[in-house]
Amino acid sequence: MNKPEYRRFDTLVIGAGGGGLRAALQLARAEANVAVVSKVFPTRSHTVAAQGGINAALGNVRPDNWHWHMYDTVKGSDYLGDQDAIEYMCRSAAHLVYELEHAGVPFSRLENGKIYQRPFGGQSMNFGGEQAARTCAAADRTGHAMLHTLYQQNIRAKTHFFDEYFAIDLLRDEEGFILGAVVLDIETGEPLVIEAKTTLIATGGAGQLFRTNTNAHINTGDGLAMALRAGLPLQDMEFFQFHPTGIAGKGMLITEGARGEGGYLVNKDGERFMERYAPHAKDLASRDVVSRAIATEVREGRGCGPNGDYVLLKLDHLGEEVLKKRLPGILDLIRTFLHIDPAKEPVPVFPTAHYTMGGIPTNRHGQVVAPVEQGEEVIPGLYAAGECACVSVHGANRLGGNSLLDIVVFGRAAGNHIIEYLRENRYHRPLPPDAVDRPLARLARWDRKGEGESVAGLRAELQATMEEYCGVFRTQSVLDEGVAKILELERRLDDVRLQDHSRIFNTARIEALELENLVALAVATVVSAQARTESRGAHSRIDYPERDDVHWLKHTLFFREDRRLEYKPVTLKPLSVESFPPKERVY
Amino acid sequence: MSEDATLARLRWQCRRGMAELDALLLNFVDRHYPELDAGRLRDLERLLKTPDPMLLEYLMGRMVPADPALAALARQIREAM
Repeated sequence: MNKPEYRRFDTLVIGAGGGGLRAALQLARAEANVAVVSKVFPTRSHTVAAQGGINAALGNVRPDNWHWHMYDTVKGSDYLGDQDAIEYMCRSAAHLVYELEHAGVPFSRLENGKIYQRPFGGQSMNFGGEQAARTCAAADRTGHAMLHTLYQQNIRAKTHFFDEYFAIDLLRDEEGFILGAVVLDIETGEPLVIEAKTTLIATGGAGQLFRTNTNAHINTGDGLAMALRAGLPLQDMEFFQFHPTGIAGKGMLITEGARGEGGYLVNKDGERFMERYAPHAKDLASRDVVSRAIATEVREGRGCGPNGDYVLLKLDHLGEEVLKKRLPGILDLIRTFLHIDPAKEPVPVFPTAHYTMGGIPTNRHGQVVAPVEQGEEVIPGLYAAGECACVSVHGANRLGGNSLLDIVVFGRAAGNHIIEYLRENRYHRPLPPDAVDRPLARLARWDRKGEGESVAGLRAELQATMEEYCGVFRTQSVLDEGVAKILELERRLDDVRLQDHSRIFNTARIEALELENLVALAVATVVSAQARTESRGAHSRIDYPERDDVHWLKHTLFFREDRRLEYKPVTLKPLSVESFPPKERVY
Repeated sequence: MSEDATLARLRWQCRRGMAELDALLLNFVDRHYPELDAGRLRDLERLLKTPDPMLLEYLMGRMVPADPALAALARQIREAM
């Protein structure tokens, strides 16, 4: 390996999705010298897949108020969301949506010219009253429109992009300041040291932890694992959002619309099993109930197919015409990926992992925080925003339309705080001579030669293990077994070898580095889930079916060292309004 | 760039922001790369420059690229799935 090149910037942003680009824009406009590192071309970040829209209480279609939005978000989070951050997000929403509009996002319109808003699950007027209409959308391409607009604005503001660079690890000095990162130029295979006064992690979620997931391949939680390796905790990793009906074994999402139009689920005996789990709502019960029912059928041997590992979604009784008219997108999806005709045959489905609620703990300024003896302290120079962060506005369960809002609100907040930090910290701190040793050693590990396990093999096993032992069906014995199996996989990671040791565009090496990240996050997730003996939001325990506010109204903090768990209180006090105290969550 | 590196670079261009595109594109490249002549490779590189949402429309057959070579390629990728 050649001696790495060094570059210096005021701010290093790792990740070029909506959160990273919103922060970079704020900084570049303030004339900071900003580098954005992205492992793929920026407009191919996963933000592009967000179709639903962005929530803001504009009140264009029905009356609305940021305080109602706040109530819905707190309730949706199953009271695990921090109410100061939620208030901040909901109050900022309208301003930020108008700002996106002015920057060029082509929101869909009402006849009177105002931004169109659609109703979405979990939205209410008057604190739990009638359905609200709060989601602003640019047709079904809201994420793409936002990402594209932010990218163009960044180009104009002269943000420096390092496209197809992969971040290896953070740089840290003895006093705990984060001083940038070592990154890898995928094209040349050479490392580059980026020194920065401030570093923002905005690398998105980790849906690739699970075999069946809706996420792009790039979502391997790289930034979360970097935080762990830097000795920082991850918060609330046991909370992972699943959709009940993904295409079995592939993960692509079949929306609720399919069941809304009359589709229903059957097991291998042809039984319409949702009648047993939810006698009234049946197939239209809430996502977590349907997901758990499917997983239970499969675990109890009533799954379909040669391996009994999925159930069937029946749509054929609706007839070709209804399917064509009402569910054209789903028809295309099923025909393309399963080569079956849903008008004639039932569709294999299984719960699919969708969104990482947990992440790097931050305050509402985007500063990364870690516990100390009394309370917590900020990690100087380090910020996180978006799905990789846990601020925590989603708590135990995210509402539709709040993730695009989260990334722009906290991307901007982090940008603003970094500008202040840069004013007070005008010079680069000296980089300790050995600071780059650990990241470079991580890279060099993959030069080991000889026979060993394959990256693809271990990754597939990891994803299948997470699905079976830390998916939607969780009990003490399942999770205990899951921890043992994941730790065994972690041990076997050391036996994995690459066959290709070339430098130029060696993507096998990138996939190995991603696998390391996924293994670290799998440990964090399963250990956090094993400890939480209650059901809250997306973390649903068969053996502890109730929410337990007496013992568990608190955030989990997982540390890599000794797999230690700590807990911190949920912030129940908002910034300016009365707290919403926990109560039963009924819809 | 060696042939291996060319393939690796192409596979990396198939890493997109959506799971559906990852699945369609990687499946095609992994199965059909050896059969692609220089012209077809250039077509594929051009097609990969399409923004993700539009590329999804092409590959799902809901829209057709104006360029006949790209239209044929999009159909081939879809049928290879």
